[in-house]
Amino acid sequence: MKKLAGLFLLALMTACTHPKTQQDLSIGKQLSFQRNKGNCLACHVIDDGEAPGNIGPALQHIQTRFTTKEELKALIWDATQFNPQTSMPPFGKNKILTPDEVDHVVDYIWSLNR
Amino acid sequence: MKSFCLFIYLIISSSLAWADPEQDRKQILDFYQQIFPQLPLADYAQGVYAIDSDAKKSWQAIEEFPPYEFALEEGKELFNRPFNNGARYADCFPNKGIAIAQNYPYWDEQKQSIITLASAINACRLQNQAPALPYAQGEITKILAYMAFTSRGQLINTIIPEHSQQALSAYEQGKAYFYRRRGQLNFSCASCHVDNAGKFIRSEILSPALGHTTHWPAYRLNTGEMGTLHRRFMDCNKLIRAPIDAAQSPALRQLEFFLSYMANGLALNGPSTRK
Repeated sequence: MKKLAGLFLLALMTACTHPKTQQDLSIGKQLSFQRNKGNCLACHVIDDGEAPGNIGPALQHIQTRFTTKEELKALIWDATQFNPQTSMPPFGKNKILTPDEVDHVVDYIWSLNR
Repeated sequence: MKSFCLFIYLIISSSLAWADPEQDRKQILDFYQQIFPQLPLADYAQGVYAIDSDAKKSWQAIEEFPPYEFALEEGKELFNRPFNNGARYADCFPNKGIAIAQNYPYWDEQKQSIITLASAINACRLQNQAPALPYAQGEITKILAYMAFTSRGQLINTIIPEHSQQALSAYEQGKAYFYRRRGQLNFSCASCHVDNAGKFIRSEILSPALGHTTHWPAYRLNTGEMGTLHRRFMDCNKLIRAPIDAAQSPALRQLEFFLSYMANGLALNGPSTRK
């Protein structure tokens, strides 16, 4: 019984320190790479994505560039609110992605810390 | 005194509102000169290949046996074939239609509209009781190919007639269209072809807008067809998920007028091949 409780505690800790499983992140990654969805690769170097563009900055060390995940989400939702001249499409505001899809993309981009 | 003040005021305000296309053109040239300091002005006529040396090599290789050759031959034949009434295209154009593409588009003060070469071809047909051709692809691209071919090396000569407020306004609308953001992706023409010219979008290099009108019609390797400049405009609007203005609509003619004015002095080199 004690062993079981220990396992449970371990599982809980894992779940809390890794709030998103690899599988969840892979949905966001797919949405970020897909041409008819986020298509982030069109402009950004990301992870192992092939043939990335160089219009925007490489997506790395993300958590040193944004204080909170909400900040990142606000930028992806509508970058024009921070810079009207930006080349970045307003993914949430213009419904390029659904709110759900934006969340998946945000989870994935937030995880890019190398 | 009061009327004198009003007079001065009107002069000042009208000069402020007075657009200056030549100043616009100079600004665009200066801008690209800063991004591509090594690139001679004449090279902008090559479009994206002027700044993409790898793609330029394969383009030059393709141009040795150009895929537009059949369209060109057919275009020559179509151009010279008389209409049912015996008249020919040559009868509708200055210099019998040879080496004149550099003078299009132009502002027609009488019709109060922009005359593009494609629209002049259809006007000629209608004048001779032949049905108008569809503007984006097909037969018109062949006739345009031949007319462009005879105009190779001619320098673009787009004129905005002095004292024509309407012509200036058409130019201004074309310019506004170029810089206006639109569509789901919220891009303007300038977002890609000014702000990010020379950068990579995926593995493609974004072409500078300067020189966009030099090389039409073009055989597109991705469609395996000849297409007009306006068809390319339509494809762009589709890509940015914006409403698609029709080929030869006032909006796209105005855009062509603006781009063509910016490209003044560049040599025509159509028909051409593009990816």
